[in-house]
Amino acid sequence: MSIEHRDDTGARFGMWLFLYTEVILFSGLFILYAVALSKFPAQYSEASHKLNIYFGSINTVVLLTSSLTIALALSAIQMNRIRQCLNLCWVTVALAIVFLINKYFEWSAEISHGIYPGSPELAEMGAGVASFFNLYYFTAGLHGLHVLIGATLISIVAIMTAKGKVTSDRFTLLENSALYWHLVDLVWIFLFPLYYLIL
Amino acid sequence: MSESTTYTGFWQESPRPGILGWLLSTDHKRIGIMYLACIVTMFIVGACLGLALRLELIAPGRTIMDAQTYNATFTVHGIIMIFLFIIPSVPAAFGNLVLPIQIGARDVSFPKINLLSWYCYVSGAILAVFAIFSGGGAPDTGWTFYVPFSTQTTTNVNLAGLAAFMLGFSSILTGINFVTTIHRLRAEGMTWGRLPLFVWTLYATAWIQVLATPMIGITLVLVILERTFGAGLFDAARGGDPILFQHLFWIYSHPAVYIMILPGMGVISEVIPTFARKPLFGYWAMALSSLAIAFAGSLVWAHHMYTSGMSDFAILVFSFLTFIVAIPSAIKIFNWVSTLYKGSIQLAPPMLYALSFIFNFAIGGLGGLALGAAAADIHLHDTTFVVGHFHYTMFGGLGFAFFAALHYWLPKFTGRMYQHKPAVIAWAIVFVGFNITYMAMQAVGIQGMPRRYYDYVPEFTTLNQVATFGSWILAAGLLMMFVNLWLGCRAGDPVGKNPWGAATLEWEVPSPPPLENFGEEDPVVTRGPYEFKGVVADEY
Repeated sequence: MSIEHRDDTGARFGMWLFLYTEVILFSGLFILYAVALSKFPAQYSEASHKLNIYFGSINTVVLLTSSLTIALALSAIQMNRIRQCLNLCWVTVALAIVFLINKYFEWSAEISHGIYPGSPELAEMGAGVASFFNLYYFTAGLHGLHVLIGATLISIVAIMTAKGKVTSDRFTLLENSALYWHLVDLVWIFLFPLYYLIL
Repeated sequence: MSESTTYTGFWQESPRPGILGWLLSTDHKRIGIMYLACIVTMFIVGACLGLALRLELIAPGRTIMDAQTYNATFTVHGIIMIFLFIIPSVPAAFGNLVLPIQIGARDVSFPKINLLSWYCYVSGAILAVFAIFSGGGAPDTGWTFYVPFSTQTTTNVNLAGLAAFMLGFSSILTGINFVTTIHRLRAEGMTWGRLPLFVWTLYATAWIQVLATPMIGITLVLVILERTFGAGLFDAARGGDPILFQHLFWIYSHPAVYIMILPGMGVISEVIPTFARKPLFGYWAMALSSLAIAFAGSLVWAHHMYTSGMSDFAILVFSFLTFIVAIPSAIKIFNWVSTLYKGSIQLAPPMLYALSFIFNFAIGGLGGLALGAAAADIHLHDTTFVVGHFHYTMFGGLGFAFFAALHYWLPKFTGRMYQHKPAVIAWAIVFVGFNITYMAMQAVGIQGMPRRYYDYVPEFTTLNQVATFGSWILAAGLLMMFVNLWLGCRAGDPVGKNPWGAATLEWEVPSPPPLENFGEEDPVVTRGPYEFKGVVADEY
């Protein structure tokens, strides 16, 4: 386009629509969870207790904190505090990496116990337990992928901010990345109790 | 515009020269043309596969291919026609070309994402072609990828699933773009009550694309994961549920049939008032019935599963809801017919396709009621009646609407008019061939011929031969139509702004439209889309 066209409201509107598609994407997995839970309530409870609640809790704290830092970064850029905004963005990215490292150790421990999709040990634990862990791996895996995408997005926006392409009166990109990051957080807020806590 | 004009609008104007001016273009018209080229190519490939299928069924037993090839052929025919032709056909090609101009915008809201969406489409298409020729051979599951077969077959389901995922992503991006564009970029005076019906139907379509498509994405990813890691989420022996796959699949794929048909209805709602020279009857009923179809159509998915083992109560509910969809569909048909009443009807080629759309879609729609009724469906399920039914709606409906759109809008975007006489003859051949083919298919289906069968008992021979015979007539008509359109685009007579005398905004800009559609001044809209008073058709 040769003419400069700018529509911040439109960009936000588009982002909200996109976030909606993400919700639907995850909802397929939540439907599977609901159906399987009603079929195997006892085995789901048994399987849930095999998960390490410390890993899950730490990751919850990490993600909630990162949601706070990205929200603060957004406020910072609106007040034209570029330095502070950049720091907060990088803290968010760092927290995302902490989340993924934590997840790596959690999954390594489980895989070393023979718990992973398609493993013979899992098959012996019964259909309900197997179903729980399959869903656990895919839902958390898909969520982990979103953490990775979100962290990449925030890094790119941070670089653009450093280069002066995202500024105090032109921050929709950062705002949309923050929205995406909040969605990643929100999905985890549902994942965590469903898999670690309530059963 | 004079004969000797060299004006070529957006075909010439581009910030970059040559092929890059197309591949990196964010101009909605160039992207639309690129979509159109891919989509027509895919349609021709899919049609050739369909012809091969019909040829195989000309006699019982093996004719031209073995059973495995037959399975792969109908699968690839389905994947190409559904995901690469029908779903993007009108929205992605003509939506991109026409929508921004119709609402008085210079482009869509997110031009770069629009280009990205085209690249998603192309990579999906390439993956789909790759899936045919690599790995364990072309997928043979049918386009529905039903488990447990799709998780066990050794053919290349993974790649085909990935292709469909990419195409879904392309569809979502287009949907987001269109919803945002319609909300944000309407010109001054372009109120919701002045939106052309084509825009209304694209709006409804875009919402379904946004709301439903992610579901097929996650479902196909789960099938791929199941094949790769042996997860067993759809395997009853390992705590999964194969019926759940069908639910998840149809939660998208039933609304998807409205993604397919709604934009076609939009095209018809543009063509009929123009060639009846009368405002569209019941504007708001037409606009809102599009949204009603989108809404009600999202609640009926399980009518594909009456024989899968659902509770009788669920069947009852879904059967009832299915009948509800018939109401807004019928509103549309009655309003089109009412628009024609006492109109000054001009049987130009787009109008002929539009009128035959009404005819075909009425047959397809009524067949849909037969299938939506639980009792009748038990008999008709998985017969060629179903195949005939959805070809009546998809091909006789959307396909004909697509041809109407080609004949209606191509002169606008190429600046040249095709020959009318061959166009009318081609239409007649297509219409006759189409009805012979699929009516025979429906008839043999009622007699009990199962769909997707390679072989059949001798009793079904006559009707199968009629259908195959019809498919040749259809192919001849299509060939003639495409050749005529191609010649028209290359060497037809130049046309002015408004060859049809239509009243929507795209006919107020030059043919072909310039880059950014409108000159220096943004357009200001002062009348409705079907107010023909004072609108005169150009001579050509």
